[in-house]
Amino acid sequence: MSVKSAITIKGTKEGLIFLLDDQCDFMSLLDELHAKLDKHEQQLTGPMVHVFVKLGSRNLDEEDKEKIRGAIRRQGNFLVQSIESDLEANVPALEPPSLQTMTGIVRSGQVVQHDGHLLFIGDVNPGGSILCTGDIYVMGALRGMAHAGCEGNDSSIIAASLMTPTQLRIAEVISRPPEEWASAEPWMEYAYLRNGTMEIDKLTHLHHYRKEAMLFKGV
Amino acid sequence: MGEAIVVTSGKGGVGKTTTSANLGTALALLGKKVCMVDTDIGLRNLDVVMGLENRIVYDLIDVAEGRCRLPQALVKDKRFEELYMLPAAQTKDKNDITPEQVGKIVEELKPDFDYVIIDCPAGIEQGFDNAVAGADQAIVVTTPENAAVRDADRVIGILDKRGIKSPKLIINRIRPNMMKSGDMLEIDDICQVLAIDLVGIIPDDELVIRAANHGEPTVMNPNSRAAIAYRNVARRILGETVPLMPLEEKTGVFGRVKKFLRMG
Repeated sequence: MSVKSAITIKGTKEGLIFLLDDQCDFMSLLDELHAKLDKHEQQLTGPMVHVFVKLGSRNLDEEDKEKIRGAIRRQGNFLVQSIESDLEANVPALEPPSLQTMTGIVRSGQVVQHDGHLLFIGDVNPGGSILCTGDIYVMGALRGMAHAGCEGNDSSIIAASLMTPTQLRIAEVISRPPEEWASAEPWMEYAYLRNGTMEIDKLTHLHHYRKEAMLFKGV
Repeated sequence: MGEAIVVTSGKGGVGKTTTSANLGTALALLGKKVCMVDTDIGLRNLDVVMGLENRIVYDLIDVAEGRCRLPQALVKDKRFEELYMLPAAQTKDKNDITPEQVGKIVEELKPDFDYVIIDCPAGIEQGFDNAVAGADQAIVVTTPENAAVRDADRVIGILDKRGIKSPKLIINRIRPNMMKSGDMLEIDDICQVLAIDLVGIIPDDELVIRAANHGEPTVMNPNSRAAIAYRNVARRILGETVPLMPLEEKTGVFGRVKKFLRMG
């Protein structure tokens, strides 16, 4: 059987480094960890050994980390010093927030709150508001208030089929049309932040702002 | 079993009581048995507009608290055999009755009448809850002003939460020349924002004020344009298809062309 081991153990001056594979399933990883530790039971007795666990690009919550600690701790002389993931050093949540679709009409006094991006199909009337941690796309008339990136994400945008809001907010920036800008254009528009001020542009120009690599097939 | 319709608006002074009185009378005029219920406790007006103030013996609170039976409190109209009114109390306030009590009274009225028209007070507090309890259907009255439309929108949202899903809209106090010059909100704009069925447009008419002061509902006067509009609303409620009345009083060649285009 030439199955590649999911766990590599390296010895250093400080102690042992457990390199855990970041592609395989977490449960099978845990099983293999148990198996490996059981197999080497005799060799792994003796004086106190420091263990450093490296998860690779896998991200684990505290509960799962505790399972790893528990598995290693069963060997009486192993002391888990750290459990590190390459990801933690970078951005905490790399997973992009999902897009939620919602239909209806937000009337005066009503508030829609959403964690992530929101596609709202319907009108937002004056006095109604939408609050979102991500982007807001309104397929309909945006006549009320919209707050995108309400937890501070200033790269969020607000797009609407008909952009006539009472107020727009992105992250900490508040904009009051029509004092600052007016729009009743027949095309879809979006609001975004440039150097800390809000600007409006045609929705077809969004890719200039986002600069996302797109792969379209065809000639 | 009759239908209970609440007439509401959120904002005050847009013509809820006038609409209730005229709608009730117009339905009676069309041969329906109607009871109007005034839930504006402490600020009752419906009896004044109907000219029935001096006939009140018992009121809504008396019925709720069991001081009289429901039929005793009903005031019969002086013009129609089958038009009744249940007046509000003037000495109490909105918190002296609960939505459950009003709902029970409306339920009791429904089997005996074709329509129960409930006149709602302004605001969205207890008085509103009282009026909406027991209603099957709602008519939202607004005027072509931003503030009134905003409040109507709010009320439509609250009605939706209370289970009245598709209220009907009446746009009151329309001044055609102001609308034409762009100083007043357009009917189409209002309908677009509120997104509910339009059941009538009522032109602003001095005769309405005169009639209310004489305790005579406007609908009785066939020369009033508002009267025709209210009669049309009543006919639409009965299920007839009645086209919206043209707003221009004198239609010149241009007006006729415009009307023709709109119909085509």
